[in-house]
Amino acid sequence: MNILELKNIKKSFGDLEVLKDVSLSVRKGEVIAIIGPSGSGKSTLLRCATLLERVDRGEINYLGEAVTECVGDKTVYASKKQLQKIKGYFGLVFQNFNLFPHYTVLKNVIDAPISVQKRKKDDVIKEAAALLEKMGLSGKENNYPHQLSGGQQQRVSIVRALALNPQILFFDEPTSALDPELTGEVLKVIRSLAEENMTMVIVTHEMQFAREVADTVYFMNDGFIVESGTPEEVFDHPKTERMKHFLERYNG
Amino acid sequence: MAFEVMLRELSSGLLVSLEIFFLTLLGALPLGMIVAFGRMSKFKPLQLLVKLYISIMRGTPLMLQLLVVYFGPYYIFGIRLTSSYRFIAVIIGFILNYAAYFAEIYRSGIEAMSKGQYEAADVLGYSKTQTFFKIILPQVIKNILPSITNEVITLVKDTSLAYTIGVAEMFTQAKIISAAQSSMTALIAAGIFYYFMNLVVAYVMGLFEKKLNYFK
Repeated sequence: MNILELKNIKKSFGDLEVLKDVSLSVRKGEVIAIIGPSGSGKSTLLRCATLLERVDRGEINYLGEAVTECVGDKTVYASKKQLQKIKGYFGLVFQNFNLFPHYTVLKNVIDAPISVQKRKKDDVIKEAAALLEKMGLSGKENNYPHQLSGGQQQRVSIVRALALNPQILFFDEPTSALDPELTGEVLKVIRSLAEENMTMVIVTHEMQFAREVADTVYFMNDGFIVESGTPEEVFDHPKTERMKHFLERYNG
Repeated sequence: MAFEVMLRELSSGLLVSLEIFFLTLLGALPLGMIVAFGRMSKFKPLQLLVKLYISIMRGTPLMLQLLVVYFGPYYIFGIRLTSSYRFIAVIIGFILNYAAYFAEIYRSGIEAMSKGQYEAADVLGYSKTQTFFKIILPQVIKNILPSITNEVITLVKDTSLAYTIGVAEMFTQAKIISAAQSSMTALIAAGIFYYFMNLVVAYVMGLFEKKLNYFK
């Protein structure tokens, strides 16, 4: 079964049509990279999938459970309760981390599992400690976010998302806010998750990384998915002029 | 009149000033939060009503507001109130006025919060109430503390306006003693009292700020 299905998604902000007709599905264990120029709708697509924005039209479902359904020519969202449940299926890592500055690293990680999922504190702390260690953050448990480097903060935010045991993890340009020398450590962490078969959707400008880590690459342009396929297909044998153009600019 | 006697009378006034001060904070700090939510409400009529209330509270003299609260019940509704209403009128007037100012400080703090904090909380599954109390409010409090300090310092001095409707707080006492003695000593002593109260306020608020310095 697909973890996520997006069908014919449309989204406008005022007169600006950002998503014109986008469909994609994510299999269990699949790693998807979404690439494309700024303003092509990549981030909006991610924000629609993670319920931060409401779509105007189109169907979204997680594990077969509907977020939106098309009834006649109307798109209807599921009940609040259902949406709350579905929010437990996915995690999102933001470009700007969005850690809670008044919480320690550990509290950032364990608070949602305890106060949202109502899990036992002892179990959550044990799991969190293991995750932090895996991400090379042992010893940082009692630090506050402002005491960490950008790369460390982003790794904490990945741990925070993982602590809720999501079925799928979204990344919205996870390294764009980082100094170049710090992107490596974050990409390494994402790579290690891919090796463990974590299902992931990554919006990124790191072409080399997308090529390495993704099973499927989607190229977005002007509100449409223009091209998709394996990294080899998309990067080495682009079919559309738009994609060739985009790659030329990236490769200098 | 001996210096000691003067100090004793000023001190009894000081107690009344402190009462006004603490009761006002006790009422206005929470009420301000409710007013702030009304001001930010998406329900337009409520928002406009609260806007009007804030605009009047900020746009007219507190002295005038105290007079209205004190004399209003009689002149407008013909209700006769006992003299103990004086003090109550002062507290009502102060709370209504200060809640408006606090509300605007809260609003500025809440609106300055980055959208990312709400979005992170939303994706992690926090409810709206949890998001506000656990994530947003602690950060807002840290950010608005300097503005709150300003307002609290003004309140210390404003308590002297209770003089307008004859509540025997420190300034009223000082004025009476000074007139009786034909001397400024009592007024200067009162000034020193106000100044020290505010030193304490600034010190205590400074401690709060320091306590919240653990995060940025």
